[in-house]
Amino acid sequence: MAQNNGTFESNLAAIPASARKNFLTRAFGSEDYAVRAAALRRETRSRAVIYIGAGTCGLAAGAAKTLEAARKHIKDNKLEADVLEVGCIGYCAAEPLLDVQLPGHARVSFQRATGDAVPALLDSVFRDKAPLKDNILGQFTEPGAKKWSKVPLLSEHPFFFKQMRFVLKHCGIVNPLSIEEHIARGGYSAFLKVIHTMTPQHACEAVEASGLRGRGGGGFPTGKKWKIALASDADQKYIICNADEGDPGAFMDRAVIEGDPHRVLEGIAIGAYAIHASKAYIYIRAEYPLAVKNLRRAIEQAKAYGLLGENIFGSGFDLDVIIKMGAGAFVCGEETALMNSIEGRRGMPKPRPPYPAVKGLFGKPTVINNVETFANVAEIMFLGPQVFADIGTKNSKGTKVFALSGKVNRTGLVEIPMGTTLREIVFDIGGGIENGLAFKAVQIGGPSGGCIPDNKMDTQVDYESLKTVGAMMGSGGLVVMDEKTCMVDVAKFFMDFIKRESCGKCIPCREGTMRMLEILKSITRHRRGEKENEALARFSGIINLENLSQVIRETSLCGLGQTAPNPVLSTLRWFRDEYEAHIFERRCPAGACTEMLEFSIDQDKCKGCTLCARACPTQAIVGKIKLPHYIVSEKCISCGSCRTICKFKAVSAA
Amino acid sequence: MKPESKAARVLENYAFAKRDKLIPILQDIQAADGFLSKQAVLEVARHLKIPSSKVYGVATFYNQFRFKPLGRHHIMICRGTACHVKGSAAVLKMTEEALGIKAGDTTRDGLFSIEVVACIGACGLAPVISINGEFHAKITPDKIKKLVDEIKTTEKSNGAK
Repeated sequence: MAQNNGTFESNLAAIPASARKNFLTRAFGSEDYAVRAAALRRETRSRAVIYIGAGTCGLAAGAAKTLEAARKHIKDNKLEADVLEVGCIGYCAAEPLLDVQLPGHARVSFQRATGDAVPALLDSVFRDKAPLKDNILGQFTEPGAKKWSKVPLLSEHPFFFKQMRFVLKHCGIVNPLSIEEHIARGGYSAFLKVIHTMTPQHACEAVEASGLRGRGGGGFPTGKKWKIALASDADQKYIICNADEGDPGAFMDRAVIEGDPHRVLEGIAIGAYAIHASKAYIYIRAEYPLAVKNLRRAIEQAKAYGLLGENIFGSGFDLDVIIKMGAGAFVCGEETALMNSIEGRRGMPKPRPPYPAVKGLFGKPTVINNVETFANVAEIMFLGPQVFADIGTKNSKGTKVFALSGKVNRTGLVEIPMGTTLREIVFDIGGGIENGLAFKAVQIGGPSGGCIPDNKMDTQVDYESLKTVGAMMGSGGLVVMDEKTCMVDVAKFFMDFIKRESCGKCIPCREGTMRMLEILKSITRHRRGEKENEALARFSGIINLENLSQVIRETSLCGLGQTAPNPVLSTLRWFRDEYEAHIFERRCPAGACTEMLEFSIDQDKCKGCTLCARACPTQAIVGKIKLPHYIVSEKCISCGSCRTICKFKAVSAA
Repeated sequence: MKPESKAARVLENYAFAKRDKLIPILQDIQAADGFLSKQAVLEVARHLKIPSSKVYGVATFYNQFRFKPLGRHHIMICRGTACHVKGSAAVLKMTEEALGIKAGDTTRDGLFSIEVVACIGACGLAPVISINGEFHAKITPDKIKKLVDEIKTTEKSNGAK
């Protein structure tokens, strides 16, 4: 068995001397590896480094301009500094992020470092040696580096304080395009140890001992899945990494691949060895161009190092990794549908059994795990299974990454040990609700999950506890909703999504989701000019809504269909009063179902300032200056711009 | 000499391809041509020796494939959960109204096309859109209108030159 608390040295000590020498020479040349590795970890350096978080989210926030401004500033001031594009550290709300590391000093991190702010920020560090307070996020804790005075520690920042970085450990820290940096932080030593010193059986057992469960949603024990595939006898086996992160509201897989692709690759390689697979597929979304680019690069580098290919470091183990681009179908998150898609067919699920671990891709035994699972595998093998098993709750081990988004102050990627409560995530890490509004619910688990209300927020995050409140772990989207979010509208949104994404194979799912959406639409519509038969259809629909959910759940083939009614069932369970308000009182308590609203301007309060008329995107507001305005209801799209902009609170909606 | 189609050029790279290469081939053709033409679907079917109905079946199944040319400015609007909660429905509505087309269509002058995507994966900065691959965070109906108007003006001045 693997020893506990493995290190780079202890992992490499186990492999044959020739392979070890070969590996170290390739990574670090003839230099002493300890010296070179420290330099690659930037513990010893003579030049300053400027890090810019340039993941997809960083770029959306304007990191490209930050990058340009930083390069220009260095050139103009002839600074001794390198600029490095790194992945995302996870704090999206503070982006763009810019970090500076002066030789001998701790790395200091700035938030909201937009292009215009860059010169002032860099001057404050390089010239004044006093990081600008307004934008400071914190400083890193680094051994041997001089701490900045009056700069808080990043680890004590409320966003990071309760987090435990296991999967995201290196995201935003390392250069994702450098295999050397990955190796300098211990990368691939676990893989080499596994292929040289462990049998596949042992590798499966180690993963099983760690208690790791699939992070894609289902939560099936990973080690157990591998064992089944290992036991199936076949001339060819496959391993697939599911990076088709289809859940709207989840983006941790993208961040991990963008920020630390080698970790995922190492996990896949270990998995392939453990089940005797010589071919690995990575099925990744085409919507993630940067992740695909970084992954391609990582595979090329690993091949050049001999970490992929034939007879890897003399172990006799061959592995080929192929990237397959997904073409955009949510149902391909289902294992059997994903395999159909790789085979070049429509991504429709097949009945199970036979399970993929017995008869999968091209009829051969296949294991599918998602990105986060593989990233965990690499770390488990590096540190030893016990370290992982010590984190978390009785049945859910390790950490889980969540994508915290919606109406919360601090959005971003959050990694917490299992057993943390949802309240801690939303209020302590996330910093509560934006604009001081009241919290209503948190949506967890994507379209198959559920909404959790305030009085259940002390639920622990683990696979079983979440099920008791009608939700599920899912892949890890956490969307926070405030009092202005209508739960019926949320249910409608998910039904619309599922209706579009239903593959059409099973009638209950294909037709049933359509009908459920129609029912939800009918109760969120205004009833001006509704005919009698339409009212009757609406009425009978409401009566049948729960019944219909039951039928879809029980008669669908795959996970998508079986969980399709969840958004409706969970909102009905906790927010029945909102449905009733829509149905009986014909109003939306949250004021979000804009179709039910009619905007009007109070003629007494309106001063005729024309602000609303200019803000109106459809020119629906007319009136002369200094005279009360009014809204032409045919033109109004109920966007609410006028209500937001009015200084006299003259616009009301009813 | 008959001018060689883009699809044919893509197919040259897949000389002995089998069925499992169908989706990559379609993706490559779309990357080269911007959409899948009827001609391209027929050529792929002949190349892989499978019925064109099957090719068309696969192509229509996936959201990625388009059968209409793209506009010069391709607007992708994220309709993920976080974006929805933060008001992406209003953004979509505004865009559709500003351009006079529905999602999935291209304007007659070929300048704009709108596409709705399930999730761009930048939920922390919702609502998000991308125009020709460039991301814009925290979009409001007003902002998108301004962006569209800006593009229209620059296109007009370019056209006048």
